[in-house]
Amino acid sequence: MSDVSAKKVLFDPIFNNNPIALQILGICSALAVTTSMSVTLVMCASVIAVCAFSNLAVSLIRTQIPSSIRIIVQMTIIASLVIVVDQLLKAFAYETSKQLSVFVGLIITNCIVLGRAEGFAMKNGPYMSFLDGIGNGLGYSVLLIAVAFFREVLGSGSLMGYTLMPLVNDGGWYLPNGLLLLPPSAFFIIGLLIWALRAWKPDQVEEPDFKMSRHKVREAF
Amino acid sequence: MAKAKDTVSRTVIVALALCIVCSIIVSVAAVSLRPLQIENRNLDIKSNILSAAGLLERGSSSDQIREQFNRFTVRLVNLETGEYVDPQSLGLNDAMEFEQYRAASDPAQSRSLSSREDIAGIRRLPHVAQVFLLEEEGELSRIVLPIHGSGLWSTLYGFVSLQADANTIAGLGFYDHAETPGLGGEIDNPRWKQQWVDRQVFGDDLRTPRIELVKGGVDANTPDRQHKVDSLAGATLTARGVENLVNFWMGEQGFGAYLSRLRQGGA
Repeated sequence: MSDVSAKKVLFDPIFNNNPIALQILGICSALAVTTSMSVTLVMCASVIAVCAFSNLAVSLIRTQIPSSIRIIVQMTIIASLVIVVDQLLKAFAYETSKQLSVFVGLIITNCIVLGRAEGFAMKNGPYMSFLDGIGNGLGYSVLLIAVAFFREVLGSGSLMGYTLMPLVNDGGWYLPNGLLLLPPSAFFIIGLLIWALRAWKPDQVEEPDFKMSRHKVREAF
Repeated sequence: MAKAKDTVSRTVIVALALCIVCSIIVSVAAVSLRPLQIENRNLDIKSNILSAAGLLERGSSSDQIREQFNRFTVRLVNLETGEYVDPQSLGLNDAMEFEQYRAASDPAQSRSLSSREDIAGIRRLPHVAQVFLLEEEGELSRIVLPIHGSGLWSTLYGFVSLQADANTIAGLGFYDHAETPGLGGEIDNPRWKQQWVDRQVFGDDLRTPRIELVKGGVDANTPDRQHKVDSLAGATLTARGVENLVNFWMGEQGFGAYLSRLRQGGA
């Protein structure tokens, strides 16, 4: 772990080791909060903050944490941070926090945050861990923002609440694709994005778990 | 080192210290931000009321919302008799403090509805409800009433506002629901909400609410068009829920008694 440079720690998770696209973590909130861009941005900022500060806190006390209770300690730190973020949102971004509803609270169970605390912050210094938290938060954000872009533009004909394509319902010409407002559409978009990413960086393609045997036809007797 | 931190006493100390630090952080955040959060929530309710009354301009600042809302009088009404209730008799300083949806789940402040009565699917009805009245130059001009009921997936919460005749709808809006976006979620569509304006809730007897959501649209030739609103395409059950809950709250279980008292000149 001696050759980790700050730049690598910060930017690797964005495309080379994206937590959603490569590790397939944090999908739940990627489905739920990506119907509109403004909500997505707030969610991304919250995840970046929680991930960075939980990494920092875990890293600061990593030599003191008894290994028998380390996961609980990490969860406690993450949960406290998430509650603080939730309270801040309710106080300063009430409209958005109403739309995010339970999904802010569910950052606690976002595997990315716990995964980085356990996988990186327990072994590295505070500065690197903080950067790693920001980096992974950014990796999560890049994918979420891409999903939200397609869902909002094609699903509601707008971006950040500004109308790009006037809807038929409002007297315009664009008939929105209702599927994109429903959670399953995020699956399709994430799948396509992963495909695009792996076509661009073929080293991310996983080895197949098994090989299908050749189909054999026995001669009729 | 590795051994020293794994002893039982060390584990307990670390756990306790962590809990204390975390709980202090969480409590400080919760307590110090509470006033702001309550203010936000009240502002949200106020803007919903204004929006149902058709008085909310797009992009109003929070001060404008407060100022507009201050023109309203908030009162409490006994649903059964239709008479006003003094907030002090419920131990409140102000009718605004009354939490209707909490009261609806409190057995002491509500009653359960039989399945025949409960067309809105709300199970329990509070004894007392909030009403918001707007007076202009000494004359009653708007009556805003809170309504709620089941749609397809969720309970819809909203307000309906009536004109001074306690019959003509001045606006309707839902501020909280989880209906399917693009289908049932179209109850938020301003063009659909606009259709409610100037509909008549009651027929000639002024007792039974007759609001109907109909398929195929409402035009000048539709019979009884003053009671009809276009149903939402692809959202049959949400539309049925809206129809039922409006009729429920305007009917004798809901605000019926209060509205007829108002019509007879003061409750």
